[in-house]
Amino acid sequence: MIEEGNGCPPGEGAQDGPVRKVFVRTPSLKDVPTHFCSGCGHGIVHRMIAEVVDELGIRERVVGVSPVGCAVLGYDYWDFDVSEAAHGRTPAVATGMKRARPDLIVFTYQGDGDLAAIGTAELIHTANRGENITIIFVNNAVYGMTGGQMAPTTLDGQVTKTTPEGRMPQECGTPLKVPEMIAPFPGVKYLARTALNNPKNIMIAKRSIEKAFRCQIDDVGFSLVEVLSPCPTYWRVPPLEALKWIEEKMIPCFPLGEIKSP
Amino acid sequence: MNRKVLMCGNEAMSEAAVRAGCRFYFGYPITPQNEVPAYMAMRMPQVGGTFIQAESEIAAINMVFGAAAVGARAMTSSSSPGISLKQEGISYLCGCELPAVIANVVRGGPGLGNIGPSQSDYFQATRGGGHGDYRTMALAPSSVQELADFTFLAFGLAEKYRNPVLILSDGILGQMMEPVVLPDPIETNLPRKDWVLTGAKNRPPRVIKSLYLDVTVLEKQNFKLREKYRRMEREDIRFEEISMDDAEVVLVAYGSVARICRSAVRQLREAGHRVGLFRPITVWPFPYEALARFADKARFFLALEMSMGQMVEDVKLAVAGRTPVRFYGRTGGCVITVEEVVRQIEMLKEKTQ
Ligand SMILES: Cc1ncc(C[n+]2csc(CCOP(=O)(O)OP(=O)(O)O)c2C)c(N)n1
Ligand code: SF4
Repeated sequence: MIEEGNGCPPGEGAQDGPVRKVFVRTPSLKDVPTHFCSGCGHGIVHRMIAEVVDELGIRERVVGVSPVGCAVLGYDYWDFDVSEAAHGRTPAVATGMKRARPDLIVFTYQGDGDLAAIGTAELIHTANRGENITIIFVNNAVYGMTGGQMAPTTLDGQVTKTTPEGRMPQECGTPLKVPEMIAPFPGVKYLARTALNNPKNIMIAKRSIEKAFRCQIDDVGFSLVEVLSPCPTYWRVPPLEALKWIEEKMIPCFPLGEIKSP
Repeated sequence: MNRKVLMCGNEAMSEAAVRAGCRFYFGYPITPQNEVPAYMAMRMPQVGGTFIQAESEIAAINMVFGAAAVGARAMTSSSSPGISLKQEGISYLCGCELPAVIANVVRGGPGLGNIGPSQSDYFQATRGGGHGDYRTMALAPSSVQELADFTFLAFGLAEKYRNPVLILSDGILGQMMEPVVLPDPIETNLPRKDWVLTGAKNRPPRVIKSLYLDVTVLEKQNFKLREKYRRMEREDIRFEEISMDDAEVVLVAYGSVARICRSAVRQLREAGHRVGLFRPITVWPFPYEALARFADKARFFLALEMSMGQMVEDVKLAVAGRTPVRFYGRTGGCVITVEEVVRQIEMLKEKTQ
């Protein structure tokens, strides 16, 4: 049984009797209907962040920066302070926040267009300065919000609105591997790539997000977690098939694991 | 009492910002404003502040956005091409109602132009170079002293309205050395603001945003912003009048050109011409009503700018066709001289005899 919205911390629900509570909404996640498409990964990542924030007890000092993309409305779901940013400028906004208030825990939440196309300069230099912030990078291999165009992480041959014949490397380059790109910078301390294709990988993703936040809390330095996330709508597949697509197509191109850890 | 010190305009502006409690400066090198980042790189660590040389003007203005969102007094500066890059950020600051101070040490344009002084960014400063229905107050100093005073003032105005304020300087003012009395430093422990992101402790979460998907809600928000801009027009228009009481010829100039015109007025008065100078200090909001008072008294107006004619459009709006409005401009980094102003007046007076 799934029971939502009573705000009990995990483990304190009605345990006796035939009904056992297996899911409790964490306080940092608002009890509201979702606007995401069915089978979208954003909602899962939102929940994992909220849970990690509560488990680490940082809700009262966390500030999120939401991107321009399907996840712009992060503040409709998170019950903590959030700011928008211009498309891709997200890490620069987070830099200003963290420098002005180092006691805050500052994270950005960015799609592949926001982080790896229009915001590449901000990403690289924020990482290279070793800003003590956390980036949660949702890679769904397309631009969701604008209707399914090519992203920098679109796979070779993948059909999108702007690659009707499939992405051709000789014209469009190859899928950008963000953690590998910034791994050499000394200021970058924690990097992981995770996926939402099965419960085990979702658990790993959540632990990686927790590690990234811990890295910031302990003042170690820049952290980023990439999450391979389904966009059934613009992959034009049913939600279950999208999970298979992550496993069969995305993971071979974007290998999972910790790329760097302190 | 503060002593007079000799400083260049860019440095006086920087020190005034520090004294106004600004502890966060984010910038990118461009001539003729390079003294600002250099001064801030030296000064910020001394006062426990932060200087970052950003990777671009775009990043710099967004760092300002972040610092402002968590309640800090923050500033960036640049010169024309860099200010073009900041326009997106300025639009977002206005949309999200965040205070900030942005200085433009204007140089010759368009394009890369040159590093000579210019006033050709007037349209951008007063009409807004970014997208959407927004306004930014723009202060136009005409001396090193005013660069310091107006920068100090700008931080207060930005917070009064929760809106960015522009300082419209130029290559002459920025580079010029003059004695200046610097403002007394203020407390940096600024009053807590009720919209700042500080972590949702003992209060509901706060959101800073400019996205309003419901069209009627965005329209309402834009009406709310307009009311704020109207309040600026009611409460914070600034201008100066020099020898205007009996003027039959009205010079209109701002910034460094106003200095040149001030000398020209003196010279012309000595030669018996009844010439006055009207100097807008806030170029937005523009002092339309104050200038319109002279429309029926003067024989003609002469707008002078280091541009191909931008402020002259505001002069015409103020005068509303009641009196002829002439224009004289030099551009591309060329400077108007006192002799040129005097010659213009003598010529125009003859023509309108
Ligand atoms: C300056 C600017 N350019 C373009 C856009 C339009 N736009 C909105 S979201 C987006 C891309 C979103 O893709 P992604 O970052 O991958 O996020 P997703 O929607 O897939 O989660 C674009 C191009 C914009 N809002 N601002
Ligand atoms: S378009 Fe894709 S990324 Fe956007 S909400 Fe729908 S499934 Fe999610």
